[in-house]
Amino acid sequence: MATVSLKKLTKRYGNIGIVHGIDLDIADREFIALVGPSGCGKSTTLRMIAGLEEISAGSIEIGGRIVNDLPPRSRNISMVFQSYALYPHMTVRENLGFSLKIAGAAKEDMERRVAEASAILGLDTLLDRRPSQLSGGQRQRVAMGRAIVRDPDVFLFDEPLSNLDAKLRTQMRTEIKKLHAKVQSTVIYVTHDQVEAMTLADRIVIMRDGHIEQVGTPDEVFRRPATRFVAGFIGSPPMNLHEATVDDGQLVFASGEKLPLPAQFKANVATGDKVVFGLRPDDIYPTGHGISSGGAADVHQIELPITVTEPLGNETLVFVEFNGTDWVSRMLNPRPLRSGERVAMSLDLSQAHLFAAETGKTLRS
Amino acid sequence: MDENSSARLKRRLLGIVHRVGLFLAMLTICLPGLWIVLSSLRPTVEIMAKPPVWIPQEISFDAYIAMFSGIGKGGIPVIEYFRNSLIISVTSTIIAVAIGMAGGYAFARYRFRGKSSVFLGLMLTRTVPGIALSLPLFFLYVRLGIIDTHFGLILAYVALNVPFTIWLIDGFFRQVPKDLAEAAQIDGCTRWQAFWQVEFPLAGPGIASAAIFAFLTCWNEFALASQLTRSVSAKTLPVGLLDYTAEFTIDWRGMCALAVVMIIPALTLTYIVQKHLVGGLTSGAVKG
Repeated sequence: MATVSLKKLTKRYGNIGIVHGIDLDIADREFIALVGPSGCGKSTTLRMIAGLEEISAGSIEIGGRIVNDLPPRSRNISMVFQSYALYPHMTVRENLGFSLKIAGAAKEDMERRVAEASAILGLDTLLDRRPSQLSGGQRQRVAMGRAIVRDPDVFLFDEPLSNLDAKLRTQMRTEIKKLHAKVQSTVIYVTHDQVEAMTLADRIVIMRDGHIEQVGTPDEVFRRPATRFVAGFIGSPPMNLHEATVDDGQLVFASGEKLPLPAQFKANVATGDKVVFGLRPDDIYPTGHGISSGGAADVHQIELPITVTEPLGNETLVFVEFNGTDWVSRMLNPRPLRSGERVAMSLDLSQAHLFAAETGKTLRS
Repeated sequence: MDENSSARLKRRLLGIVHRVGLFLAMLTICLPGLWIVLSSLRPTVEIMAKPPVWIPQEISFDAYIAMFSGIGKGGIPVIEYFRNSLIISVTSTIIAVAIGMAGGYAFARYRFRGKSSVFLGLMLTRTVPGIALSLPLFFLYVRLGIIDTHFGLILAYVALNVPFTIWLIDGFFRQVPKDLAEAAQIDGCTRWQAFWQVEFPLAGPGIASAAIFAFLTCWNEFALASQLTRSVSAKTLPVGLLDYTAEFTIDWRGMCALAVVMIIPALTLTYIVQKHLVGGLTSGAVKG
C-alpha cells in the first residue's frame, strides 16, 4: 500500500509563506497531477514529499507512515527531475543501477533489474553510453528508468517533459501513461501544462498561491470548475470569462449587451449581484457548426461580428466581438468566414458557468 | 585574379603572420627558462660575457656533479632541501585542498549568516603581501618555538593557500548542478555519500587544478621560507639557492643548475595532472 496523505502541509521561508496548510489524500496506485501557474507552490509541495525540502508545519504520510523528518533515502520514493539530473560521469547502465549499488544489491540482481527497466523503456542499445551522448528524449527515458529500477512506493515527477520539443512531449506523455499502466505505482506529477495534467492524471489538483483551488477528475475540473481561476486555467483555448450584473433574470454586461440568465443559476442569484459569466469556446459556435449538448441544451441565438479566424484544419477558432472584447468560439466543419462579417452564433447556456465576482467561487449549487 | 583567389591568398598570408606572431610570443615566454638551462651548462665567464654569448662554446655537467658532491667539494645538501620542499609542499597542499573543499562546498551549497562578508574577508587576506607578514610571523614563531621547523612552514603555507583554494573550488562546485546531489539522495545516498559519489568526481578537475596551484605556490615560495627557516633540517630548495652566494661571489652556474633541479618536478607534476583536467565533464548531466 502506498497511499500519500498531506495534512495541513505548510512551507514558509522566514515570513514568506509558500504553501499554506494544504490537505490532500492520494489513493494507492493513483496518478495525481499537481498543476498551477509558476510560483503556486506545486514544486515545493513535491520537494517536501520527496524530503528535499523541510516542512514548516503539518505532516506527510506515505503508506500510512509519517515521514516528516525522514531523509529522502528512507521514504522509498523515486523522482524524475525537470533537468533529468543524470550522473554525467556514469554510463546509462551505471546511472540505472546506481541506487541498487548504494543499497548493496547483489550483482546478478542488479543486472536483472537494470535489464528489466531498460527493456521497458527501450534503452538496451544505449546502456554503455554517457548522458552527454544521448538526445533529450533518450535522457528523459534514462531518468525514468532510474526511477523504475528502485521499485518505489511513489513516483514523483517534477515537470519532466518541459524541456522537450512539442512532438517529443506528446510521445513521452503517452509513454508515461503506458508506464503507469505497467508498473502500477502511485504517481505524483507536477506540471504547469494543463494538457499534460488532463491527459495523464486520474485526479488533478489545481494550486494557486500556495492553496489548493480544486481537486477532481479531469472531467470534473473541466465541466464543473469550482472557481473562476480553475475555469480560466483548465481548457484550451481558455473559457470566455466576463463580468456582468444580474438584473431581473438577465445578465447585463458593461457594454450594455444582455444575455438571459442561465436557468440552472436562477435560484442562486438575485438582482444586483455582481457575477462572472463563463462559456467555453465549444459552447459558442456559428449556428449549425458546433457540438449539440442534446435535449437539455438551452441555446440562445445572437448575431455577432467576426474579428479574426484561426483555421486549424478540422476546426476553426472564430473570434467574435461581444461586450467590447473578443470571445473565442470553436467552429466544427468549418466554412469560409470573413472578418467583419456578422454571423448567427449559438450560445449553449446550459453549459454556462457563473462565479461570484468578489470571491471567484462557483454559484452552481 | 578573381575575388576568391585573392581571399584565399589573404587568408594564407594572415595564417603565416599569425604563426610568426605566436612563435615570437612563445620565444619571449620560454627564453628565461631556456637561458637558465643553458647557463647551468656553461662556465661563469660565458654567463657574464658582454655582449652575451648565445651559442655555448663548451657544455659541461660540472655544476650538477658538484651539486651532489657534498659539502667541501662545491656541493650543497640538495637531497635534504629537496626532501624538505617535498614534505612541506605536499603536506600543506593536502591540508589546503581539504579545507578548500569543505569551505568551497559550504560557500557553493549552503546559505548562512555573514556568508558574503566571510568570503570577502578570505579574499582580502590575499591582498596582504606575504613578505609583510614575515617579520610578525618570525617573532610569533620564535615565541612558539616553531621557527625552522616543517610544521611552522606548513602552517604558514596552509594559511596562504586556503583562501585561494576555497575561492577556486567554490566556483567548481557551483558548476555541478544541485539536482545531481538531490537525485543521489533520492537514490539512497546520505548527504556524505552524495558528495563523494557524485559531486566530488564532477568537481574533480577543479580540485586538481586548485591542488596544482597550491603545490606550486609552496614549491616556489621564497620570501617567507627564507625568514622562517635557517638550517638544513627545514630549508627548502628556493632558500637553498642562497647557498651559492658568498660574501664576494655568486656561483651563477650552480644556482642555475639547482633552479633546473627545482623546475623538473614541478613541470612533471603539472604535466601529469593537466591530462586529468578534462573540461566539460558535466555536459549532458542536465538539459544543455
